[in-house]
Amino acid sequence: MPSLSAAPFRSASLVGAVLLCATAASAQTAPAPLATRALAATCANCHGTEGRPVEGEAMPRLAGQPREALSASLRAFRDGSRPATVMHQLAKGYSNEEIDALAAYFAALR
Amino acid sequence: MQRRRVLQGLAWSGAVASLGGCAATSGAPSSAKVVVVGGGYGGATAAKYIRMWSAQAIDVVLVEPQPEFVSCPVSNLVVGGMRRLADVTTPYDGLRNRHGVTIVRDSVSAIDSRARTVTLAGGGTIRYDKLVLSPGVELMFDGIEGLRAANAEGRIVQAWRAGAETLALRRQLEAMGDGGTYAITIPEQPYRCPPGPYERASVVAAYFKAAKPRSKVLILDANADVTSKAGLFKRAWSELYPGMVEYRSQHRATAVDARTLTVKFEVHEDVKADVLNVLPPMRAGEIAVKTGLANANTRWCMVDYQTFESTAAKDIHVVGDSIQVAPLMPKSGHMANSHAKVAAAAIVAQLSGDQPIARPLLTNTCYSFVSAEEVIHVASVHEYVAAEKTFKTVAGSGGVSAARSQLEASYAMAWARNIWADCLA
Repeated sequence: MPSLSAAPFRSASLVGAVLLCATAASAQTAPAPLATRALAATCANCHGTEGRPVEGEAMPRLAGQPREALSASLRAFRDGSRPATVMHQLAKGYSNEEIDALAAYFAALR
Repeated sequence: MQRRRVLQGLAWSGAVASLGGCAATSGAPSSAKVVVVGGGYGGATAAKYIRMWSAQAIDVVLVEPQPEFVSCPVSNLVVGGMRRLADVTTPYDGLRNRHGVTIVRDSVSAIDSRARTVTLAGGGTIRYDKLVLSPGVELMFDGIEGLRAANAEGRIVQAWRAGAETLALRRQLEAMGDGGTYAITIPEQPYRCPPGPYERASVVAAYFKAAKPRSKVLILDANADVTSKAGLFKRAWSELYPGMVEYRSQHRATAVDARTLTVKFEVHEDVKADVLNVLPPMRAGEIAVKTGLANANTRWCMVDYQTFESTAAKDIHVVGDSIQVAPLMPKSGHMANSHAKVAAAAIVAQLSGDQPIARPLLTNTCYSFVSAEEVIHVASVHEYVAAEKTFKTVAGSGGVSAARSQLEASYAMAWARNIWADCLA
């Protein structure tokens, strides 16, 4: 899997980010760390700022989606088992750690 | 820690500066923690995200001469008659009212990177700690003999910045009789929006097919081949518009005759058209060239890709079409929005005394209409590779549509409305 080769290079800062994000989610207090928010902002161009698309538009809302479902969807797009027009191409750009960070971040939003 | 405390006090100093600025003739504040020059996809996004990610602690002034944001993406549908200019126009109210960005309707005539000030064309200066420059592209009219005058007369328009010229080009197409020829010339790469000229040719063909079926679309390209989504575009032209669209490669325009609407080429014979849409070579927006920030061949701005800080001046971050791109990075609105988020995160981190994000990530998705109903895309993901100090596409990621489809047309419009909101709402 091509994207895994990128994982060791990007994982260091994100492991911390995932942990912090999970803490923030459960406590419902401080916003996620900037690294996680910036990573999640790479989805916002199409899915809306902080995963909240313009009402009535075709792209699904990411904010508030269950963590496991988001994580499974992104992995399924990445390995091609879930058909798509574009997400199978974009999901291949994200490592396992990044997918987990995104899933935790969006699940914690409302 | 001390710098963090300073940051928390910024909201106040910003407010004071704004009040002080009200007394000045220009109505602009005399200083701001961050000044953003240019309110397009890059600048608007940077302004919003710096406010959002600093929890409104960093005051941001956006300098933009236009009263509203008019999107280049989707504006080809206005040329084709499928949408109105109002459909691609968004006010700046969201940045002002929801995010507290101070908007100064002016342009910047000078930058002093030592004193850290920008001079407004309308008078006055604004002092900054960080400057975000997102000036878009300047069309190099002098690269094609006669083009500047032809543009000034309104005989040959470009419509490569959406607005009045988009409507002017539409009117020329409407006035053209059936059996006429629309010709578009394309400069060598890099230029703003690689698939844009081919999309425009496609939607003009769609208009002709419906309204003026004996007419022709001529694409005269300085490049060796279609620069984006080549197979998909060529298939659309041959299947949807047989005998109507003609593509000619390696046609570098050198001169135009506005009176006869003729374009001359370096090698090939002259071409005469009824509507002539000549796109000259492009470079970074004028202010970037004038200030020496366009330090790559005096054409594009070199940046440290981890932060988008200029390599020519400290604390000036350049985003969008005006930068010297990394390999396979298109000059697109989506990419400008992506650049701006990396720059915004770096600026928020640096003003808080933190390190910028080690490995920023960029995405790009460009949708192109090949008719009123059907769309194709190209997508990519780019990761910062610290060892090489550049962005590279993530191996295995990205690609183009399997085929043109109506489903992607619905995604294209959803993309547009969502990215406009992501930049401005």
